Amino acid sequence: MAKPMEKITWQEIETGSVVTEIGNARQYETGSWRSERPVVDAGLCIKCGVCWLFCPDSSVKQAPDGHFEADLVYCKGCGICAKECPVGCITMVSEEG
Amino acid sequence: MAKVRKGIEVSIAMSEAVAQANVDVIAAYPITPQTHIVEHLSEIVAEGHLDAEYVPVESEHSAMSVCCGSAAVGARTFTSTSSQGLALMSEIFTIAAAMRLPVVMALANRSLSSPLSIWNDHSDVMSVRDAGWIHVFVESGQESYDHVFTSFRIAEDPAVMLPVAINLDGFILTHMIEPIEYEDDETIRKYLPDVKMKNALHPDSPVSMGCFGMPEIYTEAQMHRQVGVVNSYGTIVKAWQEWGDLTGRYYRPVETYRTDDADYCIVTMGSYGETAMEVVDSLRGEGEKVGVIKLRLWRPFPFEDFRREALGKKTLIVVDRAISFGGPGGPVASELRSALYGVPGAPKIVNYVAGLAGRDVARVDFRNIILEGKAKAEKGDTDGFTLYGVRG
Repeated sequence: MAKPMEKITWQEIETGSVVTEIGNARQYETGSWRSERPVVDAGLCIKCGVCWLFCPDSSVKQAPDGHFEADLVYCKGCGICAKECPVGCITMVSEEG
Repeated sequence: MAKVRKGIEVSIAMSEAVAQANVDVIAAYPITPQTHIVEHLSEIVAEGHLDAEYVPVESEHSAMSVCCGSAAVGARTFTSTSSQGLALMSEIFTIAAAMRLPVVMALANRSLSSPLSIWNDHSDVMSVRDAGWIHVFVESGQESYDHVFTSFRIAEDPAVMLPVAINLDGFILTHMIEPIEYEDDETIRKYLPDVKMKNALHPDSPVSMGCFGMPEIYTEAQMHRQVGVVNSYGTIVKAWQEWGDLTGRYYRPVETYRTDDADYCIVTMGSYGETAMEVVDSLRGEGEKVGVIKLRLWRPFPFEDFRREALGKKTLIVVDRAISFGGPGGPVASELRSALYGVPGAPKIVNYVAGLAGRDVARVDFRNIILEGKAKAEKGDTDGFTLYGVRG
């Protein structure tokens, strides 16, 4: 976003609230919504990519060695990856404390 | 091709107007009393007279969804519905306006269930009054035909970009056979330019539509809509003026009949205006100084036009075709009371709700409403509304 959302006036809104700047959802860091984070046991991970496939926010990244982990800037902590992982290598850990 | 005058069912004339407007996409689900409009359009497309996609969807919710997608790519888009169909599409109906997609709809007004009724009143349209569409009411077959063209012109104007509903009374208009003057295709082409949409969906210039809006931005988005709807007024008046210059048939946001020296007026919206004029003629013969004010434009509400016609009159007798249950009266009367609130010298307003679900409101009924309404105003009995003709 060229301008922070809270500074935009009504005159600057595009007709129909169309967003003409492509890919700017990236600037919205949804990781702050999270109350639990997924922690991957890289030793157990079979690198199948099921978590990557299921993540509703495209917040799973592949590490250089091939195992998958959450991008905590965007991960909302929904826990779908932990639920779907076929080998149970993802544990949801509280962000509190 | 010269002008042709045809004796034709209004629904058929309307669908032929849609074909003349050279629409690209029609998506609709049949529902009484809109059926003939879309049925005939499907024939026109199937027989190859119109190069358009006719999408026979499985519900009205899908119809409006298809219309949104179609309008979003810059295709000229038409649909039509009534009553329960409008209720079913209401979710997407609002979105079409918010996303500023210039869909044109023939809304064949019919009462909402229950009791289940297929007949005409305005309860359907009033349920979507605040959705952000432009709403026009027509009162004859000729007006139904003409407003197809003016509505596309208004909807697609880059300064407007709003969906337009042409409200026509179900059966009373849709199923009536009337003499209608057709314009030739050349006239229509001159009047109605191709759609030029600034942010149409296209792979070469990607945009996102229908995005998420946080509390930080939603208020500004709504202000943008409010200004858009209010400002559409200028384009509407200009589009109607130019149509008049081309065809000789001029339309105004508020129409009047014998109001110049009238002490009091009956106010109607939709096809009742025709009967009201006849009754006013006969009452004039008896010395009553009465006229008719007819609202053509419902949204954006033409405050200045209405005040100009209303001020100087002693009483307005407003005939509504829907009830706002537990509210202050019919939706039209509520609007007019609000428009005149605090205005010095404003006329008194007496409100009748009549003709629900197609119950006949004949000349004698208009006569009763006018004379009884005048007497009520003289007694100062102007609160709430009277449900005309109700038994018990």
